[in-house]
Amino acid sequence: MNELGFFVQALIYLTSAIIIVPIANRLGLGSVLGYLIAGIVIGPFVFGFVGTEGKDMLHFAEFGVVMMLFAIGLELELDLLWRLKFWLLGLGGLQIILTTAITAGFAFGFGFHWKPSLALGLILSLSSTAIVLQTLKEKGLMKSVSGQAAFSVLLFQDMAVIPILAIFPMLSDAEVTTSSQGHSLIEHLPGYAKTLVVLSVVVGIILVGRYLLSPFFRLLAKSGNREIFTGASLLLVIAISVLMGAVGVSAALGTFLGGVVLASSEYRHELESNIEPFKGLLLGLFFLSVGASMDIPVVINSPSKILGIVFGIIFIKALVLFLLGLTFRLPLDQNLYFSLALSQVGEFSFVLFGYSEGLGLFREESIIILVACVAVSMAITPVLLLLYEKTFFGLLESKIPKIHSDQNIHKQENPVIICGFGRFGNMLGRFLRSNGIAITILDFDADRVEMLGRFGFKVYFGDPTRLELLESAGLEHVKVLVAALDNPEKQTELIRNVSQHYPQIKIVARAGDREDAYNLKEMGVTYIYRETRETAVQMGKDVLKILGTRAHTAEKAKNLFLKHDDDTFHELFALRADRVQYMSHAKQRNAELERLMFVDLGKEEELGRDPWSEMER
Amino acid sequence: MPKILILLVHPVLEKSKANQMLLDSLPLSENITLRDLYEEYPNFFINVKAEQELLSNHQIIIFQHPLYWYSCPPLMKLWIDMVLEDGWAYGPGGNKLLGKKWIQVITTGGSKDAYSKGGFHGYSTEEFLLPFRRTAELCGMDYLNPFLVQGTFQLNEEDLQKESSRYSLFINHLLGSNYE
Repeated sequence: MNELGFFVQALIYLTSAIIIVPIANRLGLGSVLGYLIAGIVIGPFVFGFVGTEGKDMLHFAEFGVVMMLFAIGLELELDLLWRLKFWLLGLGGLQIILTTAITAGFAFGFGFHWKPSLALGLILSLSSTAIVLQTLKEKGLMKSVSGQAAFSVLLFQDMAVIPILAIFPMLSDAEVTTSSQGHSLIEHLPGYAKTLVVLSVVVGIILVGRYLLSPFFRLLAKSGNREIFTGASLLLVIAISVLMGAVGVSAALGTFLGGVVLASSEYRHELESNIEPFKGLLLGLFFLSVGASMDIPVVINSPSKILGIVFGIIFIKALVLFLLGLTFRLPLDQNLYFSLALSQVGEFSFVLFGYSEGLGLFREESIIILVACVAVSMAITPVLLLLYEKTFFGLLESKIPKIHSDQNIHKQENPVIICGFGRFGNMLGRFLRSNGIAITILDFDADRVEMLGRFGFKVYFGDPTRLELLESAGLEHVKVLVAALDNPEKQTELIRNVSQHYPQIKIVARAGDREDAYNLKEMGVTYIYRETRETAVQMGKDVLKILGTRAHTAEKAKNLFLKHDDDTFHELFALRADRVQYMSHAKQRNAELERLMFVDLGKEEELGRDPWSEMER
Repeated sequence: MPKILILLVHPVLEKSKANQMLLDSLPLSENITLRDLYEEYPNFFINVKAEQELLSNHQIIIFQHPLYWYSCPPLMKLWIDMVLEDGWAYGPGGNKLLGKKWIQVITTGGSKDAYSKGGFHGYSTEEFLLPFRRTAELCGMDYLNPFLVQGTFQLNEEDLQKESSRYSLFINHLLGSNYE
């Protein structure tokens, strides 16, 4: 492809996506279906803007799936995995076994040999992580019971891809010629050595992720260069994919593992928000190319055959999932949703079909038809879900009382985010924590993050002026955002971002001095704290005490001063544009305060000797 | 319709079921001003001017508080000391509260029997309230009998229901009185 060709391609892909995806969203079809339709439209069989290179593009775009798994891994802290173990093994494991058995049985009945039947069963038992997660996220169902169940099943399926890849060669009768997919470096090695290499690579990733990546990121973070950090995030994902590819393991699984290893790192949210835009675009591209590479003539020439197979598969998968859902006591409305959501065949099947083609498991015609079926089943899912939502879901939902059994699998959503964890944020954090308030802490100082981590604080590295970072740190669940950044400009940017996009969140902001405080007030912040004010006045109170004022009187003097200062602040705010008036009013208020304090301290008689007061009278 | 100022004085309101119940049974009315003094002045720094202004704008003053050591909680005593100034509330020229009503709404843990001659405390609640009565009288205010919710340690859900409807009846009655 020459350079111009590349740009023309990009033009076509992006234009189609930009036109069709918003329309699909508007119609409630979800962006996945939008991308698929856009793909079909630009594909060789409708407009033919893009030709047979759709398949190559698919290969490239599979990297979107890889990134998605990395992001999923990042969200998976080990304790969540542990909490899901029951669903993961029970629901996920049974789903694969049952679906494989039934579909393999059917395939055998249609005259396939038992070995290809089993392979087919395994392929068809997988669902599309990309479609389902995207859909669940868009509908905000990730935290629902069905969302968690779906997530567990998908996770198990993603992990099952490895053993499936290992089993396939055993199912093949043909002498294995070099497969078209696995250009792995270790092909010539004997079996046990292969296993050893794979194992050591996996262990290597875990060790590097645990012990080397944090210092490495810290080093980069200290440079304060955001692009380099984004670059490093991408490099990390690509490096893991290449490494895993080299030893013949699925890149998606490798990056997933990498994500899990990094999930407990303080750079988690920053990594997540760096990967996010690439992931989104590449996933879009992936669906586009699935659409573009769909062999429309095959579908059109034998519609009954294709539709028969597609609905057969969907029916079997949904039935198995539904029965399992019943066994695992999912509420009915959620169970139906869950069963339908996972009823398609996943993107890994494209990889697996390719692989099995090389192994000579299926004939080429069968593969063309089956790949078309998979694509159709993926395309149908959003429609099925939409139909379900429009019809039964609403009805059922209102009839079934909400069970709160899902609460224990909910991730902890902290009500407070503290941005900036220097002296000020630190003190505040300690206070809140000792009162049992869960806080999420973001800071852009690599050394500090590391040091506080050693003190047992859960601090994440990142630039809080980026909305995506705040969002991946759970901004939508936050009630109070504490803005305590050292740099006033950053502080302004942070507050502007949050108050614009999340007006319901209360912002509590620290100000350096009075001018800072005016700026904050101007932006509509209600809760403003000048950082040195209270301490200074507290100190003044103690000086009064040392000089002989009674403690209670000194306390009253402190309160009076603070109250007066508050009032003056608001008055002067209105006058701050006019410097002359501002100064005169400020002077007047100060004199007034002095007089008040004298009266309060019982020193009225001294007032007479105050020249300023004399002038006032 | 008279305007009612309710000064709520309870240091640990979040732990008092009875007081919360009383607040919940208040009728919705523009003529009722509810002021939670412990919320307003957590560090006991009372804004005297603001309090006096509020008093001037209302005709019926209700103090809602628990009975602590046969008296009111400390912030209420401080409030009385600070707000009811010489020359404003009493003494020469001190006529700003003249003719206003003073009512205390009081919760006690002990029962009515405990607060009686021969009971555990030996005197009735009204007798313990003598200093408040005298304070009101000194300011020329009309001291009404207190509204008592007694034995709160033993009240069950049903009793609480009864007390709250009695309270809302009481407040409605005050609102309905043709007092100016």
